[in-house]
Amino acid sequence: MTYKGKARTVGDHIDTDAIIPAHLLVSSDPAVLGPKCMSGLDPDWAAKGEPGDVLVAGRNFGCGSSREHAPIAILGAGIRVVIAHSFARIFYRNAFNTGLLLIEAGDDAATISDGDVLEIVPDQGVVRNLTKGTSFTYPPLPPHMAAILGAGGLVPYVRERLAAAGGAS
Amino acid sequence: MAHTLAQKLLQRHTDEAITGPGQIVQCRVDVVLANDITAPLAIDAFKAMGAKRVFDREKIVLVMDHFVPQKDLASANQVLVSRAFAEEQAIPRYYEGGISGVEHALLPEAGLVGPGDLVVGADSHTCTYGGVGAFATGMGSTDIGAAMALGETWLKVPGSIRVQVEGTLPKWLRAKDIMLLLIGRLGVDGARYQALEFAGDAVDRLPVEGRLTIANMAIEAGAKVGLFPVDRLTQEYCASHDRPGVEGLRGDDDAEYVQTVRLDVTDQEPVVACPHIPSNVKPVSEVGTLPVQQVIIGSCTNGRISDMRDAAEILAGRKVDRKVRCIVLPATPAVWKQCLREGLMETFTDAGCIVGPCTCGPCLGGHMGILGDGERAVATTNRNFKGRMGSLASEIYLASPVVAAASAVAGRVAAPADLGL
Repeated sequence: MTYKGKARTVGDHIDTDAIIPAHLLVSSDPAVLGPKCMSGLDPDWAAKGEPGDVLVAGRNFGCGSSREHAPIAILGAGIRVVIAHSFARIFYRNAFNTGLLLIEAGDDAATISDGDVLEIVPDQGVVRNLTKGTSFTYPPLPPHMAAILGAGGLVPYVRERLAAAGGAS
Repeated sequence: MAHTLAQKLLQRHTDEAITGPGQIVQCRVDVVLANDITAPLAIDAFKAMGAKRVFDREKIVLVMDHFVPQKDLASANQVLVSRAFAEEQAIPRYYEGGISGVEHALLPEAGLVGPGDLVVGADSHTCTYGGVGAFATGMGSTDIGAAMALGETWLKVPGSIRVQVEGTLPKWLRAKDIMLLLIGRLGVDGARYQALEFAGDAVDRLPVEGRLTIANMAIEAGAKVGLFPVDRLTQEYCASHDRPGVEGLRGDDDAEYVQTVRLDVTDQEPVVACPHIPSNVKPVSEVGTLPVQQVIIGSCTNGRISDMRDAAEILAGRKVDRKVRCIVLPATPAVWKQCLREGLMETFTDAGCIVGPCTCGPCLGGHMGILGDGERAVATTNRNFKGRMGSLASEIYLASPVVAAASAVAGRVAAPADLGL
């Protein structure tokens, strides 16, 4: 699987209230939350992008609340990959569980400019900047997380475990 | 081998030998928590996993506290999902209506969490329970759905930052000031993925409610947990909150800490976290004259009885400035009742405060005190992100209850000293 899309850059410490403001947390439907993605930053942010865009952020992306609505809103806006210098830990787990690919790129994240066309190849752990002609690699998931991903994510992983334990308990 | 408190707590919940930071271990959980916003998604995940029964109905806690009393049709319908699940699974610890309160004030008060526990909650401020020596951390709803089904979760063993708090607290300095000073020092990602472990003579003397305030905001430094030792003060607190017979517990001095941060509180003055990030911390005396339109006293950070007493001490015999709405929200029914018993409700009412129900309400811009365009609040809550309490063009200053109450009286960001106290 390869992802290709245009970079949309945001800054450091983008919090979950910026990603999806709390007053909108009365729905968890990606179709409802997607158009409101980043509305705490700019009310029209989602409308200015296109499906397939790659979100590129600075430090500590997703800090703040545990709302899973945050990665759901990003997915709902048609974004499949977020590249950041670093991620807040609850957001990191939530993205992993909802199928949003996160790439913790450290200083490499800052080499990407708004509008750059990126190609991401998760199997090789590589991000290519087609506009600038550069690329960088990122480390694979820890084995425990890779096993969960290998099962198709946390939901199928738990389903398998419950089934192995003799049917749903 | 010497262990940090974080490692000791995790070791009690896993059969794997804890070797050091970065290791991922599968842990048994003692309490799984969700609220009115996060439970519905967790319940969806639980069902999608094919789970039929929760792993232990006694260990699930569902607290309706964010958009309650139900603020509109959508939030009322959202509560129905949790209520139906609690009935279907026969979960005894379902809180709604007059028995409910702000979750992170309610659980320690009711003895539902305590020393040595491993608690996971679909709320980022689940880390509050580190104040009583529980390894408690926030997660998203899918993780919580999995924990409800399995009674287990995976955790990465964190490195620990030791926070040594020394000195004697000046008269108007509070636990909130200590934590804001620390976040100002570390930055909002200074403890990312790590544990904060508090120690020092000021911590030894700090009452448990203050410890809960500090642990509550560990997440604002990016931390996974904020842990306090289990000492005599914890034991006394637990004995009077339905958790008798608790053993002492602390991290080893010779364990390996990622770093040690020292904070001397002796000469500190009260501080505020200025917009729009909790690490933007300044002494109140340095922020200048900033008019305030709203003051919030409450929340999982500062809605406990000691916070109410602090606010009342400032407000007694004084009046809230006519240009300010000062909203007091005791965090739990027990705190509410204690305020009533002690005459604090009369103090608040005489001062011109609005006293409201036990809800998270305004902290996250839900209801019960929303900021309009250009308005500024002083709040005892935990986050001052842009737009958090309403308009994207509003501002939140985070502060202790004494600073919040003084600001309500002064009509501007102010410390007790500004009232001649």
